[in-house]
Amino acid sequence: MNLLFIVLLPFAGALLPPLAGRLGREAAAWTAAIVPVLALLLALEPLLAAFAGAPMTVGRAWLPQAGVDLILRMDGLAGLFILLILGIGLLIILYANYYLAEDDSPGRFFALLLLFMGAMVGIVLSDHLLQLLVFWELTSLSSFLLIGFRHRSVEARQGAKMALAVTGAGGLALLAGFLLLGRITGSYQISTILGMGDIIRAHPLYVPTLLLILLGAFTKSAQFPFHFWLPQAMAAPTPVSAYLHSATMVKAGVFLLARLFPALSGTDPWFFLVGGTGLLTLVYGAYSALFKHDLKGLLAYSTISHLGLIVLLFGIDTPLAAVAAVFHIINHATFKASLFMAAGIIDHETGTRDMRRINGLWKYMPISGTLAMVAAAAMAGVPLLNGFMSKEMFFAETFHLAVLGSFSWFLPVAATGAGILAVAYSARFIHDVFFNGEPVNLPKYPPHEAPRYMILPVAVLVGQCLIVGVFPTLTVAPFLALASAAVLNGPLPAYNLAVWHGFNAPFIMSLVAMFGGILLYSRRHALFALHDRLFWGIEAHLLYRRVVHRLIDGARMATEAIDNGSLQRSVALLLLAAGLAVLLPLASGDSALAGDLPISAVDPVTLLGALLMMAAALATVFFHRQRLIALIVLSVVGLLAVLTFVRFSAPDLALTQLAVEVVTIMLLLLALYFLPQQDRPESPGWRRGRDLLLALAVGGGCGLVTWAILTRPATTIADYYLANSLPGGGGANVVNVILVDFRGFDTLGEITVLAIAAIAIYALLDRLCLAPGTLYGVRPRWAFERHSLVLAQITRFLLPLALMVAIYFFLRGHNAPGGGFIAGLITAIALILQYMASGITWTQMQWHQHFHKVIAWGVLLAAATGLGSWLFDRPFLTSAFGHYDLPLIGEIELATAMLFDLGVYLTVVGVVMLILATLALLSRRCVETGRCN
Amino acid sequence: MLNLAVIIAFVCIAVALLLNFWRLIRGPSLPDRILALDTMYINTVALLVLFGIYQGLTVFFEAALIIALMGFVSTVALCKYLLRGDIIE
Repeated sequence: MNLLFIVLLPFAGALLPPLAGRLGREAAAWTAAIVPVLALLLALEPLLAAFAGAPMTVGRAWLPQAGVDLILRMDGLAGLFILLILGIGLLIILYANYYLAEDDSPGRFFALLLLFMGAMVGIVLSDHLLQLLVFWELTSLSSFLLIGFRHRSVEARQGAKMALAVTGAGGLALLAGFLLLGRITGSYQISTILGMGDIIRAHPLYVPTLLLILLGAFTKSAQFPFHFWLPQAMAAPTPVSAYLHSATMVKAGVFLLARLFPALSGTDPWFFLVGGTGLLTLVYGAYSALFKHDLKGLLAYSTISHLGLIVLLFGIDTPLAAVAAVFHIINHATFKASLFMAAGIIDHETGTRDMRRINGLWKYMPISGTLAMVAAAAMAGVPLLNGFMSKEMFFAETFHLAVLGSFSWFLPVAATGAGILAVAYSARFIHDVFFNGEPVNLPKYPPHEAPRYMILPVAVLVGQCLIVGVFPTLTVAPFLALASAAVLNGPLPAYNLAVWHGFNAPFIMSLVAMFGGILLYSRRHALFALHDRLFWGIEAHLLYRRVVHRLIDGARMATEAIDNGSLQRSVALLLLAAGLAVLLPLASGDSALAGDLPISAVDPVTLLGALLMMAAALATVFFHRQRLIALIVLSVVGLLAVLTFVRFSAPDLALTQLAVEVVTIMLLLLALYFLPQQDRPESPGWRRGRDLLLALAVGGGCGLVTWAILTRPATTIADYYLANSLPGGGGANVVNVILVDFRGFDTLGEITVLAIAAIAIYALLDRLCLAPGTLYGVRPRWAFERHSLVLAQITRFLLPLALMVAIYFFLRGHNAPGGGFIAGLITAIALILQYMASGITWTQMQWHQHFHKVIAWGVLLAAATGLGSWLFDRPFLTSAFGHYDLPLIGEIELATAMLFDLGVYLTVVGVVMLILATLALLSRRCVETGRCN
Repeated sequence: MLNLAVIIAFVCIAVALLLNFWRLIRGPSLPDRILALDTMYINTVALLVLFGIYQGLTVFFEAALIIALMGFVSTVALCKYLLRGDIIE
């Protein structure tokens, strides 16, 4: 149970900082800090259980039909990562409290940080592959939001996009890899899969699976050639860089390698892919770090290099190398997080991160300077610090590679080379920043020591570097043993955590790295010149950007080739496709067009109606250049469609069609105001001929298909609805019961789409200014009076009557023609009538209402009704109904579907009103501002 | 007897509808056409009521009621457009 709370706590806690943020930055930080403290307390019990050798597991059914469950398990590896995530997270929150600038929103920052924390905790605790992937994607998303936290800066936005694109693409590959792994093993549960390593390695799909999973891990852990997003992500605020992009999120990739180590390792592809990538990244990162003038850039590349080292250790594929990898994960997290925080302090106090300008800071900030130098020394691998020990283990492991044969000298040499570079860039960090003369042209001068509580988190981490470096067996050893045992999923190899191992090969390599690095740094000026000459302008992120631009250009060209912006063309293509889809099967002539059913008799009135409708449709086409007349004739078509629905016993459809008809007329009239009354013929003759053919083909095709269907006996789904409407849904009106009950979920989706469309229309028209159209150059104004008195008085009487009709239709909707949709339309029309007769100003004075809110309440009410059924342990949108006897009124029926219908009603009213009122305001705005006349 | 009356009424209304439509197409002025549309709405109401009497059903009376209301609103909208150009001021 505790495990569930550890995961949920950060997500729930993320709601608090935005609220507390109103009280100031301190309040937001302290409420955020509560979360990791509580979670750490909760983690105690499972941690002890992991030490006792009985990892705690919690399982909940989630989507049992799809084999997806919520399973959390805390073994040693997860426990170690939990300590890192929560512990460093707590320090970061304290640090960020002092780091954030005045105009950074603290509530948003801490909420996002906690969101990330929850996602990360979720990754390490997941015992289910797909569940792990969900949290994995959540870390990518929260990282995107945190990198782009200062969203006004171009670098922040670009860095965020790049990080999301790279890690997101990796996440997709990972999903595919997980699915393959699930296919191979028949299970998604990680603890089960770990025991099936032999089956996985022998499977023909092993290599593709491995490749896909490694793609996910390598993009997340910034391995070459996917490393370029990490330096760009340094646009994030420094606490984020320290937390996500050095200590935790980028470790998710290596965590995955560690997690799946027993299942996937032990083969040649693993060795060459993982080891090769790790080695390349290690050397490349170390080399690039040396040439960065930006403090955070140096640290970013050094992070890439250290991640490469960890990946290489997993690739070496011996038990001892895996132990060294786990050890280095811990060590790197401590020293790199403290280095980033120190860099943040320097940036904060000097206003720049350019190492060519910040020099000689030691005398200005002795405490932070000392701490940063100790951490940098740990990064270089100086003895008596934690970085030294894991590096020694790494050097020792590079010798045990029989696979390489006569090239076995290669790895120790490359490792020493990377070590030299690491010492060189660490030396640069120490010497360039804290010594090397006086600062040059600082934005803030003179720099001061940072506030005490900003230094405290750095001191805690640097203290750990020291303690672990001096007393490894007393401090880190039990955690290391626990986590390594979980990684290996078997017995631990023999190893000795000691500061002094004697004068052996690894020690010689350390010495060479140390002196070589210092020598290299002292010759740096010549080296920088050489580097600039050779590699100027070759940057992976620029290449990436070029590729992205190509892709966008290509997509744009493809779009323009298909869609040139002409509505006529789009409609013609659509109709052509539809016509062909209908006519081609008919032309093949496999079966007779007409079915067996006899044609029913036609009465003269129906015949007259049909002829009228055809005549009106043709007349609409005939008058289409005179827009108002075309609209009037079109109304006749609509009216006759209503009559058709009535004639064939579809009163609900008739009522809806009628209301929609009126709303459409008003909408078109509002739009016509901005259009010229007459339209010049523009199309050449051949095009009109083509369009005529197209129209005949499509119209004829539709007619033929209708004919074919109606003359055949058919059993449809309608029979089921007719039979079950009253017993199952409690309503006699099948149409309404389908809308609010049987297919309630569809209706919920539809009203949501409707609401979105209305908001979009509002957003599009909000600031728009259009000139009214003209009729032959002059618009006639036959009436000088804006609002006719007679009309206004009549419509005021009409409003309550129309509302009563609407309520009547709404209430009886479940059992007789009516319902929320029709009632909503009638209400909206009644309200719009007031606008027409009495004007916007007068109407809004009577009734202040924001239609956005009406829409929102409608959608919320409908959704809440659906959610309500969960309270009774029923599926979403289950409806309940009952019949009750009331004195005087008699028997009434109450159904939860009615609440849902009320939601539909409110949404429809809000949508219609919002669209029409926005259009109406459009014309008034243009008259008032006079800009467009 | 009632049946016969209803049938005669049907014929009258149908002829009226045809003539309305003729006026709507011919015009010549816009008010003529709007008036023709409005009259068509009224004739439709009559048609629906007749249909209800003929079938012995009351369910169509509500549709007739709504057509009466809606026809009024769309006529108002069209007239307002003709008078002022902008239907909601």
